[in-house]
Amino acid sequence: MEQYNAVDLKNVARNIRRKIIEMVYEAKSGHPGGSLSIADILAVLYFKEMNIDPLEPDDPDRDRFIMSKGHASPGLYATLALRGYFPESLLSGFRKLNSKLEGHVHRGVPGVEASTGSLGQGLGIGVGIALAAKLDHRNYRTYVVIGDGELEEGSVWESLMAGSKYHLNNLIAILDRNGVQLDGYTRDIMPLGNIGRMVESFGWEVLEIDGHDFDQIISALEEAKKATDRPVFILANTVKGKGVSYMENNPKYHGSPPANDDEYKQALEEIGGE
Amino acid sequence: MTMNTNRHWKRLGVSETKTESLRETYGEELRNMGRTHSNLVVLDADLSSSTKTATFGKEFPDRFFNMGISEQSMVETAAGLALSGKKVFASTFAVFLTRTYEQLRQSICYNNLDVNFVVTHAGITVGEDGATHQIVEDIGIMSGLPNMKVAVPVDSVETKSIIRYLVDQGRGPYYVRLTREKFPVLNDPSYEFRPGKATIMKDGEDITIMGIGVMVSFALQAAEALKSKGIDARVVNMSSIKPIDRKAVIDAARDTGKIVTVEEHSIYNGLGSRVAEIASEEYPVPVRRMGMRDTFGKSGKSWELFDYFHMGVNDMVKFAEACFREEPRNENLS
Repeated sequence: MEQYNAVDLKNVARNIRRKIIEMVYEAKSGHPGGSLSIADILAVLYFKEMNIDPLEPDDPDRDRFIMSKGHASPGLYATLALRGYFPESLLSGFRKLNSKLEGHVHRGVPGVEASTGSLGQGLGIGVGIALAAKLDHRNYRTYVVIGDGELEEGSVWESLMAGSKYHLNNLIAILDRNGVQLDGYTRDIMPLGNIGRMVESFGWEVLEIDGHDFDQIISALEEAKKATDRPVFILANTVKGKGVSYMENNPKYHGSPPANDDEYKQALEEIGGE
Repeated sequence: MTMNTNRHWKRLGVSETKTESLRETYGEELRNMGRTHSNLVVLDADLSSSTKTATFGKEFPDRFFNMGISEQSMVETAAGLALSGKKVFASTFAVFLTRTYEQLRQSICYNNLDVNFVVTHAGITVGEDGATHQIVEDIGIMSGLPNMKVAVPVDSVETKSIIRYLVDQGRGPYYVRLTREKFPVLNDPSYEFRPGKATIMKDGEDITIMGIGVMVSFALQAAEALKSKGIDARVVNMSSIKPIDRKAVIDAARDTGKIVTVEEHSIYNGLGSRVAEIASEEYPVPVRRMGMRDTFGKSGKSWELFDYFHMGVNDMVKFAEACFREEPRNENLS
């Protein structure tokens, strides 16, 4: 498997962010904020940590990734294209008729393991995939990215119980703790309390990191591989809209593209690259 | 499992027939199939001793997952197992599966996964537990989901055949509706379920009674009574609700000119609605629907409830006769 150093990963994440902006601006719709917040994590997963091969997308031993917050489709689609699952030119079809790139994450897109979009379901799917790995004596891992607003769905907590009951040390949940949801800030809409302590009390190993620090992301994912008895929950503190100043921590850009050409150009300039 | 003539069914006019449990048959067949299919996994949500998936779980504890009273997580986990190539069965009471509608919609049906939901305790034959547990709108909910297929076995023989079909040839998502009560055995052991295929239980030329579940047993008794009134009724088991046997409906319309549907379910989104749609599109004839009418169920003995909701054999005879004689229509015959 190719190895990427932190500098390369930074470039990858920058390219993911550029694609995110290009896709939502071209589509004139989509969810940039929660895609930008996980770009660094996606870069590390797909370009360093996960055991995957775009040429063997059905390899039974491949690591599995579930984007439970399915509205972060621009982030995942951009990552998959850059990783070589499909041509980057297809990204311009995002959210358009006759394109496979459905508005929310869709299994018809090469590299996507499960369709998602309605929140609270991806962790349970991950539990099922991790259980199947145990049944089949396979060593692959299952990674699930969930949003912090998504924690307001009770089904997430059902799945936390199940992951603990079945000792799924091959299951890794990564929380995109960006503090913003559609209607505003999570602290106002529905305060989430001490997430780390809550999840730990459900029987998971919790690792808290800065979700934009490559060294911390990498070391947490490496630490997660050492789990022996419990599933691992990586609480990644992130910034919604990370990399585009006017989008950062702004609920408006949960589900809105750049408003005009000026905003579009500014976003790409601030992200840099190319 | 087998019982001799059940006096309760006898009271309803269903006589001289043995009754068997659909859910016990399910659990036993699941266990039997588990012995030859190592890929088969089963989930339940703390009701396995009632749904009878425990019969499988006792023999195959490694392939049985009791998810607790967490139906949403059960459905999502079923999706993950199916995505990983497992043949999945998941069970709970019918009413509780409906709380996972959105999991069924997105995680199961949108992903088009091989998950088979075999639910028990559907309809008013839940009896004493009452309205909260007597779901009569589930067929409509499930039929509306793209990719979901729906079957309602008429007896233990058909239940067994459906389970075998789902394991060996079929593919989910499937919704199979079982009951708490034992039902009269109508089919002989050689019967084989085929999706989209209705079964004529008794032929006739004056009117057709199309039914599902225990109402087919009632219909056969009603047909006997109608005979003495000079009405020759055809009785059809419509166990495959989706896909549905359109030809059976068209044949009934053409051959008998009138159709009565009977179901232990709401008439507004179940068998009656489907039959009326097909008849009106393909061969318009009078269709009258017997079943629950925009109402919840009630606590009571199962056989009392059929009388209470005017869905017993005697009601059915009157209902069919009225349709046959084209008496003026009432909103509700009762």
